[in-house]
Amino acid sequence: MNSTFRFFIIFLPLLTLTTGCRDDELVVPTEYDIIPDTPVADSQIRGFYLLNEGNMGSNKCTLDYMDFPTGLYARNLYAERNPTVVKELGDVGNDIGIYGSRLYIVVNCSHKVEVLDARSGIRLGQVDIPNCRYVRFHRGKAYVSSYVGPVLIDPDAPKGAVYEVDTLTLSVTRKCTVGYQPEEMEVVDDYMYVANSGGYRAPDYDNTVSVIQMIDFKQVQQIPVGINLHRLKKDRYNKLWVTSRGDYQYRPSRLYVMQKKPGYNQMIVTDTIPVACSNMAFFGDSLYYYATVWNNYTASNTISYGIIDLRSKKVVSDNFITDGSQNDIVMPYGIAIHPETGDIYITDAKNYVSSGTLYCYDRFGRRKWSVRTGDIPAHIAFLPRSVYGK
Amino acid sequence: MWTKPAILAAFLTIAIASEAEVAHTDSIVLSGVEVVATKPNADILPVQTLTGDELQRLNSNSVADALRYFAGVQVKDYGGVGGIKTVNIRSMGTNHTGVVYDGVELGNAQNGQIDLGQFSLDNIETISLHNGQRSRILQPASDFGSAGTIYMRTRVPQFKDGETYHARGTIRCGSFDLINPSALVELKLSPAVNASLSAEWVNSSGKYKFRYRRVNPAGELAYDTTAVRQNGDINATRLELNVNGLLANGEWHAKFYNYNSERGVPGAIVNNVWRRGERIWDTNSFAQASTTLSWGRYTMLNSIKYASYRTHYVNNDDKQIKVDNLYRQKELYISTANRFTLSDRIAVSVASDFKWNRLDADMYGFAQPDRISAMLAVAGEMDFGRFKAQASALGTIIHDSMDGQQAPPDKHVLTPAVYASYHPFHDRGLSLRAFYKRSFRMPTFNDLYYADMGNSQLQPEYVTQYNLGLLYDKKRRGLVNCLRFSADIYYNKVRDKIIAYPKGQQFRWTMLNLGRVEIRGIDLTALLTLNPADRLFITFRAQYTYQRAIDVTNPADNYYRDQIPYIPRNSGAAVVNAQWRDWSFNYSYIYVGERYNQQENIRYNYTQPWYTSDISLSRDFLFGNLRARVLLEVNNLLSQDYDVILNYPMPKRNYRLCVSVEI
Repeated sequence: MNSTFRFFIIFLPLLTLTTGCRDDELVVPTEYDIIPDTPVADSQIRGFYLLNEGNMGSNKCTLDYMDFPTGLYARNLYAERNPTVVKELGDVGNDIGIYGSRLYIVVNCSHKVEVLDARSGIRLGQVDIPNCRYVRFHRGKAYVSSYVGPVLIDPDAPKGAVYEVDTLTLSVTRKCTVGYQPEEMEVVDDYMYVANSGGYRAPDYDNTVSVIQMIDFKQVQQIPVGINLHRLKKDRYNKLWVTSRGDYQYRPSRLYVMQKKPGYNQMIVTDTIPVACSNMAFFGDSLYYYATVWNNYTASNTISYGIIDLRSKKVVSDNFITDGSQNDIVMPYGIAIHPETGDIYITDAKNYVSSGTLYCYDRFGRRKWSVRTGDIPAHIAFLPRSVYGK
Repeated sequence: MWTKPAILAAFLTIAIASEAEVAHTDSIVLSGVEVVATKPNADILPVQTLTGDELQRLNSNSVADALRYFAGVQVKDYGGVGGIKTVNIRSMGTNHTGVVYDGVELGNAQNGQIDLGQFSLDNIETISLHNGQRSRILQPASDFGSAGTIYMRTRVPQFKDGETYHARGTIRCGSFDLINPSALVELKLSPAVNASLSAEWVNSSGKYKFRYRRVNPAGELAYDTTAVRQNGDINATRLELNVNGLLANGEWHAKFYNYNSERGVPGAIVNNVWRRGERIWDTNSFAQASTTLSWGRYTMLNSIKYASYRTHYVNNDDKQIKVDNLYRQKELYISTANRFTLSDRIAVSVASDFKWNRLDADMYGFAQPDRISAMLAVAGEMDFGRFKAQASALGTIIHDSMDGQQAPPDKHVLTPAVYASYHPFHDRGLSLRAFYKRSFRMPTFNDLYYADMGNSQLQPEYVTQYNLGLLYDKKRRGLVNCLRFSADIYYNKVRDKIIAYPKGQQFRWTMLNLGRVEIRGIDLTALLTLNPADRLFITFRAQYTYQRAIDVTNPADNYYRDQIPYIPRNSGAAVVNAQWRDWSFNYSYIYVGERYNQQENIRYNYTQPWYTSDISLSRDFLFGNLRARVLLEVNNLLSQDYDVILNYPMPKRNYRLCVSVEI
């Protein structure tokens, strides 16, 4: 009997002793890695920000920063720079852009655009925009595409919109209803072109590019291009490169080229390039793209890394990674090219629920370095040295 | 954009099924104190049980809350009265957990998960957790199937001489604007037939305060915010009719069950989002019947069940995609189990089950699958006094078909189990036990056919379990009334684990048989009842679980050999209960150690331990024939702010008052 008592006297406290206690929840600290890369002398590029999306519901959208002069890679710096922001940067980052000395972060499932000082990463304010997707800038204004339009004509199938945000007051000044679930956009000659996906309406995807006349911010035309449009990027010749995601089943992903009809102020689809394209970046006269295509029979992804010549619109390479290291990349999810050195940055989102990797390749496709990132590294914005006023 | 449909798929379609249990209640009422005999020696495999009064005093809202007191169990709790609660036994995954309600397994062919938050404790008499399987050879073939099984048994009327009815009315109310009246009527219809009718209504706003607080490493406050959980309301009714009868050479049971609920889905709390617009309506109904008949050395158990589950999911959030989906599941289940006693020491059994499931979903791209499962189990047991052994083999054939589509090929699976126990001493207090079991889970309809994500090529996911343990169990009169201690070590392997795998461009997924998990664990339980004075009983109950559950899928993964998400290495619970005359006091403590909320065990995925203290005080009153009880509970006494699941905050301190009157 005594021994049984003793047993319990030992057993109960043992439970608490063998186990840790709860501490104050700390602000998530920034981690630093040293990147073995030599900075370019007299570069106009100071570094870049990398936005990690984070899985939906995890509230793990995080911001990383690579500083070229010091070679330091700072992982997850938002919370440490802005410790007082409740629940940090938010849920599912979707785009990032630098305009002037400010960094704009579109946080999709937190329904906001976060505005930071681009030098310090310190928060200046936020603009609430429901289900916001991408941000572009034009004449002192930020334009944000959103899946949710301002007027609910059909409440079950609301059209999307582009919101105009004044960058000084950080307030929404105008809205323009476009097609269904708009994604990327670009401005060419004071017209904005918006890729509409219609992703919420599967299988009745949208297939148009909306044209917005900037002066009165009205949609003037919808140009049919291909189903489920996503990327829309302007090259140095003012051509638009537009990707279609296809329907993931019968209709494959495609890349379209739009150009102004000679003598007209109207964009038309001039070429359909028979490659799948998930994302792209420009350098010189080259378009670097990657594509991930799922094969149901092998139950695996086929990943390609290609180069297209901007003038001839021909695929000139089907693998810009030349050192054979492309097999390390599980799920390419973002691409950016250093505008001076031509270094290629590719992000690997892996299984979307663990840390990703950022790979840096030189312009000849040889790996220079790689670094661990946050969850789903995706969007890169280069920080010009000019924001430091030098 | 995976998460929306996937989370939906995973959580929204929670269904209820059930059936009739053959065993008689093991509890006897002694001088107002219910003493529970769990027939410890009858079970070769590890079993943990909570019964009657104990359940009422454990500050539990639902079956899921009560399961937190069992070793080896992790409950996923999304918070609140209406929040979804699922159970994972020994880290093998929720889909490997069988849940049996009054003798028949509850099914959910759509997502394989049973929301135990939907089961009230109001008329449940016993909850027991069996690792491996229940060590009984006369049981339906499906009971041989799961890697671990939870048995819930409703109260069976027990009439003393001259009694013809019992009635009980209960009302619970408390925090979260909870109103929860229930009624139970038991009737003796004839000497051989009795019936019980149980009805319950739960209404709660689900509103509770929660708090997020951060300090910077220097100790300065970064933020501290308190908000109210929104859209966690629930309005649910449950109606249950049980009829039990005796036959000349056996007995029969029939049950009708209906559950209706409307719930808000509170959702994750993330930056700038403090409320969401998702709602779920559930209507779950089933009817089941079973008979047990004996002729000499031959015993037969037959069961039948028909179930219909309807789930309506709506997302009204005008910032998100509009969703309005209706899912309807139907299930027909027929089972026969037969035991032949060959000699005093040896018995064999054959059981055969047939199950049909259908799912109708009005969602684009979701196939309308039908599934037929046929199971045949053969089992044998030997009893040589001090040495006992059982072995079983279960063969399963699963055939899926779809309207106008090619269905995947049929699956054939054979899963064996062997278990044995030995009493090394003449004194039967101490026993040693061991088991080996292989089991599998079928890919669910969501895994296979969910729009775009499903993969019809999926194979079953397998688990192999090895367990070694000892049990010491002693009951006697005197100061130490009851002493029970058990220790088990186990090693489990999960292979061909069904995991979400990224496919194609952007954020899209498919399901693949890719994962491998190794689990090493220790479960300890202890129970001690002291009787230091007349009518004073003090019971200590404790459990401790150590688990090392690691992902061994691929050495190239950056989470290779890391602890899998939401499995703490250390967890445990302790309960002290004191009963003196009409008073009863209960203190319970639950500890869940540090965990990681994603696969990688890194700082950014670290989740702090949580531990809560709950207390309850009750007093029984006797007014002639009328027995009444008043129970006051305080949960999360120290008002700890914690998340069980990341971004799903749990309530701070909360209260509940329960008054029940019984004739």
